[in-house]
Amino acid sequence: MSETTTGAGAPAREPVRAPARDSARDDASPGVPPAAHPVRLTVNGEAHDLAVDPRATLLDTLRERLRLTGAKKGCEHGSCGACTVLVDGRRVVSCLALAVACDGREVTTIEGLAAGGRLHPLQQAFLDADAFQCGYCTPGQIMSGVGLMAEGRARDDASLRDELSGNLCRCGAYPNILAALRRTTGIEPAPDATRGDDRLRAAAGVDEIARDARDGAGQGGA
Amino acid sequence: MNIRHDPDDASPDGGEPLRHVRKPLPHDSARRHVQGAADYIDDVREPQGTLQVAIGMSPKARGTIRGLDLAAVRAHPGVVRVLTAADIPGANDVSPAMGDDPMFATDRVSFHGQALFAVLAETRDAARRAAAKAVVEIAEERPSVTVEDALAREEAVLPDYGFGRGEVEPALVGAPHRLEGSLRIGGQEHFYLEGQAALATPGEEGDVHVLSSTQHPTEVQHVIARVLGLPDAFVTCEVRRMGGGFGGKESQATQWAAIAALGAHLTKRPCKVRLDRDDDFALTGKRHDFRCDWRVGFDGEGAIAGFAVTHNARCGYSADLSQGVVDRTMFHTDNSYYFPAVRIDTRRLLTNTVSNTAFRGFGGPQGMLMIEHVMDRIAWATGRDPLDVRYANLYRPGRDVTPYGQTVEETDTLRAIVETLERTSGYRTRRAAIAAFNGRSKTLKKGISLTPVKFGISFTLMHLNQAGALVHVYQDGSVHLNHGGTEMGQGLYQKIAQVVAEEFGIAIERVRITATSTGKVPNTAPTAASSGTDLNGMAARIAAGKIKARMAARAAARFGVAAEEVTFRDDRVFAGNESLPFGELAKDCVLHRVHLSEAGFYKTPTISWDRAAAKGRPFLYFAFGAACSEVLVDTLTGEYKVTRVDILHDVGRSINPAIDIGQIEGGFVQGMGWLTTEELVYDAETGRLRTHAPSTYKIPVASDVPEDFRVALFPNANREETIYRSKAVGEPPIMLANSVFCALADAVHALDPGKPVPLDAPATPEAVLRACQALRGRPLPERAIG
Repeated sequence: MSETTTGAGAPAREPVRAPARDSARDDASPGVPPAAHPVRLTVNGEAHDLAVDPRATLLDTLRERLRLTGAKKGCEHGSCGACTVLVDGRRVVSCLALAVACDGREVTTIEGLAAGGRLHPLQQAFLDADAFQCGYCTPGQIMSGVGLMAEGRARDDASLRDELSGNLCRCGAYPNILAALRRTTGIEPAPDATRGDDRLRAAAGVDEIARDARDGAGQGGA
Repeated sequence: MNIRHDPDDASPDGGEPLRHVRKPLPHDSARRHVQGAADYIDDVREPQGTLQVAIGMSPKARGTIRGLDLAAVRAHPGVVRVLTAADIPGANDVSPAMGDDPMFATDRVSFHGQALFAVLAETRDAARRAAAKAVVEIAEERPSVTVEDALAREEAVLPDYGFGRGEVEPALVGAPHRLEGSLRIGGQEHFYLEGQAALATPGEEGDVHVLSSTQHPTEVQHVIARVLGLPDAFVTCEVRRMGGGFGGKESQATQWAAIAALGAHLTKRPCKVRLDRDDDFALTGKRHDFRCDWRVGFDGEGAIAGFAVTHNARCGYSADLSQGVVDRTMFHTDNSYYFPAVRIDTRRLLTNTVSNTAFRGFGGPQGMLMIEHVMDRIAWATGRDPLDVRYANLYRPGRDVTPYGQTVEETDTLRAIVETLERTSGYRTRRAAIAAFNGRSKTLKKGISLTPVKFGISFTLMHLNQAGALVHVYQDGSVHLNHGGTEMGQGLYQKIAQVVAEEFGIAIERVRITATSTGKVPNTAPTAASSGTDLNGMAARIAAGKIKARMAARAAARFGVAAEEVTFRDDRVFAGNESLPFGELAKDCVLHRVHLSEAGFYKTPTISWDRAAAKGRPFLYFAFGAACSEVLVDTLTGEYKVTRVDILHDVGRSINPAIDIGQIEGGFVQGMGWLTTEELVYDAETGRLRTHAPSTYKIPVASDVPEDFRVALFPNANREETIYRSKAVGEPPIMLANSVFCALADAVHALDPGKPVPLDAPATPEAVLRACQALRGRPLPERAIG
């Protein structure tokens, strides 16, 4: 378990296209905001023409300007994945992306995933697999999952575990998060992988072990 | 399990199978979570004119404040006001009990990062930039950072405390074998993914309403009132949900809510605090770290005759919750094992580090890890299988009294869980296969360990074992549910809704779950000690039951039957040969002036604890479990994998098996993080926390979860009359991860079975490598302890 750092499976980061530099403004006191910069962001299919501080992150712009609060702030370092969104279909940690770098690009957030009132299959799979506890990381996990599928990185069970390792879940709901991904991608668990996949296994698990305990009571031990 | 013959599975009115309870229903906010539509505090639309708050932090860990020049802070564009201790109208005290946690340090600083002042500005950016402009002058002293520093200075936050039974010294001296040692156990950062947050809004005449991401709204309310010099009734604290708590929002949420409230009080504008992650690491307490000095005497079978331990706990700069935390370490020093003679002492040491606090398990995990380590040491000394040493000491009838005098009544459950898991995990076969593998493999070594868990359920501070709930039935038959428990992802809200829907015999969608608020249920305990469902479930059932009784009386009068013959099921109410929809009866009750609101109250029966005499029955019952973990270690690098984990855990009769299994899996993963990769490093010279963000502090990720992970619930029913005979599940699974630590030691032990493994927690790859090299007789150079 030690080989993987938290960043190993972090979402691919898009190259950031910086705005034209203004050397006079670069020398300005950091207390004085630089002039706003016009950008066009297409978010969940809707175009927004905004004037943004060139230092504004995509995350702050989504949350504070467009009131799309589904993407969360976990660390503001690009290390936890809670802010993951898609830019032109690829995963981006929006706390490290500048809004100006997304000018003219298509941004998809968790709010834009359901179509016509129907949940995206991965959203439904998260529901069915009980793939969350506190829910704070969930939008990022789902966007990361949708992104890695779109990027063709969902090859096998090991790749799912690896690709998702940039999205922290402090509640430790990983077994069910992986189950939701497997269900959506059709990837079979590794031969020895976690048994059972969803809430339904809960009841089944009880009966199974009940039988086992009853049949074997008092047989083991020293 | 034939549910038809089990009275615990009958509906409240008898005769019918349960409709909601025992069902694996999803979390209450599941649909909102997957759509990003579940609001946390930072997602709530801010009222117009909200000010953003940044905290000014001490650059030194210990010393006297000579000067605090905030002129440049105040002059920064966008700054509206700067708060210092001089602005506090009431007490400069945000502590839970002991009065030793100032909101803002005044004369002395006690840890690196301690709050000195707060900046209120129009934007978060302005507030943070301004805070950095303070000129702080501190006459610095060398900080106490380690247990050893504190012992040398003889500084403690609380008096030493100990208890025991029998004559331990003769038992040690008289035992055929003796060992002694010292185990270091690291702390743990909560890393709730939603950091600390609060939004305070001023009202009339000093009223303040605060949204706080807290496990303890009542304490937030009381502390704000204390700080502002207002009656409690002027303050309302509300929390709909937290993005994780884990104990880190039991006492640690208070200060930020109180600062926001102070800002709102003074500026008459809403104020919001959302700590930056690095600041959150520096400003908030963590799991206590320990040095446990132990001595044990035992026979050739490994059965303990006498045991003595001194737990040296690093408490940080203030008491906070350390009394309860370290007491719980003492209560769990036995884990599942009987000590004929025992002495448990504790020192609650003061260090110039952030004040350590509640963390899932509340001190219990440290006591239990220590005794599991001792079991392994005995096994290595006797040459017996570590599991057989554990069996030799396991509580059993006649050897079932804990060091604090409470009898373990369910020794049969404990033994059945261990024996069942031994069989279902194939422990003996795998042990043999691992021995064969280790015989062939020079560099890669495997290890396996099976460890039990016994965890006491109840707050050891007796008055906290109470709860309230508020239930309204409206005239359309929809139900408003409120209680003192908070939702942090553990599924409490859904479990309580299941209980209430079951009581009324209505669809769960008819029960509206509402945010926890001190305005609805007062004087509550924190949602902690795994007690949320036990306490609030009972209180909610009592409230619903009283309303139902009045509704039944109305139905009985209307249809001319006895009230006992009225039953509630399938969204209808049945009275003799008549029936009507639940909503129609509610409407009928309103028209006939029947009261459809009730406050339920519950207090845990039969528990007692006399701390001075160290006697009583502090726990209503114990929750049990066991885990068997297998690891693969590269002994040349210290890297390892947890390859398979089998868990069997006792939740009594589960109210919601899906939620309970999630708690077990998640608790195990979190405990595994504590014992493997999560290492807190304080700079030994300056006391600064060097591991302050996910970049430097590694919690488990998806690829760390064991590839083969098998979790099952042990079929059991709580023998105490808990809500639907369930057992608490929040904390106990953390300690299932002790098996990972012991399995790692077992793998390293294969390098040289003649020597004990010098491995402390966390068993980082570096620590494992050190242990490997020590066994090879080529120890690595010492690392400064931080």
